Amino acid sequence: MNKFSEEKLAKVKEIISHYPEGKQKSALLPVLHIAQDSFGGWLSAETMDYVAELLQITPIEVYEVATFYSMYNLKPVGKYMFEVCQTGPCMLNGSDNIIAYIGEKLGIKPGETTADGLFTLKTAECLGACGYAPMMQLGKHYREHLTKEKVDSIIEECRKNAEANN
Amino acid sequence: MGVQLLLEKAKVEGIRKYEVYRREGGYRSVEKALKTMSPEVIVEEVKKSGLRGRGGAGFPTGMKWSFIAKPEGVPRHLVCNADESEPGTFKDRFLMEFIPHLLIEGLIVSSFALGSNTTYIYIRGEYAWVAEILEFAIGEAKANGFLGKNILGTGFDCEIYVHRGAGAYICGEETALIESLEGKRGNPRIKPPFPAIQGAWMRPTVVNNVETLAAIVPIINLGGDEYAKIGVGKSTGTKLMSACGNIKKPGVYEIDMTISVEEFIFSDEYCGGIANGKRLKACIPGGSSVPILPANLLLKTAKGDTRYMNYESLSDGGFATGSMMGSGGFIVLDEDQCVVKNTYTFARFYRHESCGQCSPCREGTGWMEKLLLRLENGQGKISDIDLLWDIQRKIEGNTICPLGDAAAWPVAAAIRHFRDEFEWHVTHAEEAVKRNYGLAHYADPIHVPA
Ligand SMILES: Cc1cc2nc3c(=O)[nH]c(=O)nc-3n(C[C@H](O)[C@H](O)[C@H](O)COP(=O)(O)O)c2cc1C
Ligand code: SF4
Repeated sequence: MNKFSEEKLAKVKEIISHYPEGKQKSALLPVLHIAQDSFGGWLSAETMDYVAELLQITPIEVYEVATFYSMYNLKPVGKYMFEVCQTGPCMLNGSDNIIAYIGEKLGIKPGETTADGLFTLKTAECLGACGYAPMMQLGKHYREHLTKEKVDSIIEECRKNAEANN
Repeated sequence: MGVQLLLEKAKVEGIRKYEVYRREGGYRSVEKALKTMSPEVIVEEVKKSGLRGRGGAGFPTGMKWSFIAKPEGVPRHLVCNADESEPGTFKDRFLMEFIPHLLIEGLIVSSFALGSNTTYIYIRGEYAWVAEILEFAIGEAKANGFLGKNILGTGFDCEIYVHRGAGAYICGEETALIESLEGKRGNPRIKPPFPAIQGAWMRPTVVNNVETLAAIVPIINLGGDEYAKIGVGKSTGTKLMSACGNIKKPGVYEIDMTISVEEFIFSDEYCGGIANGKRLKACIPGGSSVPILPANLLLKTAKGDTRYMNYESLSDGGFATGSMMGSGGFIVLDEDQCVVKNTYTFARFYRHESCGQCSPCREGTGWMEKLLLRLENGQGKISDIDLLWDIQRKIEGNTICPLGDAAAWPVAAAIRHFRDEFEWHVTHAEEAVKRNYGLAHYADPIHVPA
């Protein structure tokens, strides 16, 4: 079973201390982020149960939160997830074309993962980068002012990184 | 460039670092407030400044602060709303990313004024790197005695914690934000009780926007009266605008609210005009929730007066012919853009973000999205336009939180001002699908690029 390292457990403890005594449930969102980062980029039922146990809350309290927020993945996702914004300001700057181009290039539709498990394509709603459109979120960072050429080089970069880490 | 109260130092090399920020005059307001002012006096100064909440509703900040309950022995909390998820809005991100200490400074003074010993920054989860920048700045402020126990020897204790959300626009609504801070789904609460009486963990809580709290710094430094002299009427101080869409220079601009909309869009100091040699068609001046205006009503009011970039002027004419300052998310559409499609993306956004508690919002947003998609794809009927009008009216005012209104208003305004473009999607369905734009007669006839 997945368990946090000592270092991460200490971090969880520190986060709990940010909230009033007895209100450790408040740490749920940050702890779920850590869990998702630590255990393969998604939250399995097992992982959620573990978080419930850590925070001394019932599993259902974790499930209802995990299903509400769009950043928690309830299914496995590719190593690199392209979350491309499609809301108004990005649309006005051609996000439709970017989404179609990525889909073509990777041979997948939004919501799908490539067979090698490397890439997931997702559409996203406004990510607060409207002035730098079109854009996508990749891991913890934003990639902005996207063009087809930029998309090519991002995909290339991911492939290289994946190889280097193998 | 007009007066800069917030971003003046944002371009100074290394300003993210404490030493540089301090050398540039940072944290003076903390010294002044904690050493020479009482919490009550600070609240008075904020009232005098005329500062209005920068999160969207424009509620007077000083008045909001004076409502906080002070029951004996119950801790109070200040929560900074950095959820920033209204389409078109990216000003808070800019401020936090480039001049994080300004927010921390404002938070310390505000926490002192409100009696909050534990203050939270609720930041949207996607701004992960910004959260790290803030945590770093908090660490520096603490190491230099501006946070922690007995700040500057005044006996005031304060900690600031960054709390990352996880992707939900609704968590920008203050009671949903509080629920989320408590580790729950972001379902807005029924008010009353208001957060100022029972907020986070049922304790008195004030929720304010990032920009609002940063503006406390110049208010303390200048004094409320001096601050109120900047701007015009009830639009005092400066406002951050995040400009985007089809303009030459998208970005975040600090404006004093005396400039005209025309100057903001066309002058090189700000948006630099419409991109790609095109003409202006329409604009949503305050984030996706506020009414869209066609070029003629945007640059001039219905009475023919110049429209200015301030709260009063932008809303001149009410919803019939005006719009709102909202969150300052300024979205510009060029002559080739399709209002039906743009409205569809917003409807999809609100359906995606509805928390689902109220039937009119949950069902209505999905229904509007479907109708708009149908129209956009050339499969709509004229009666769909009336149906859309009917649905938005039945959502507005009938929900727990204002997300319902926020979803209804853009649809209403689009039909109100661009009805023939909707009809054109029905009568010229094939053409509408082929070329993704509507009718040329909306385009601004005055600013025609050479
Ligand atoms: C659906 C919805 C989303 C909101 N999102 C935000 C937001 O992202 N940031 C923000 O500051 N205020 C947002 N607000 C407004 C807040 O509820 C609240 O009025 C604001 O944080 C108060 O701060 P202010 O008085 O400083 O503006 C939102 C309101 C609603 C109804
Ligand atoms: S209006 Fe919509 S978002 Fe707000 S509480 Fe009701 S269902 Fe939830």
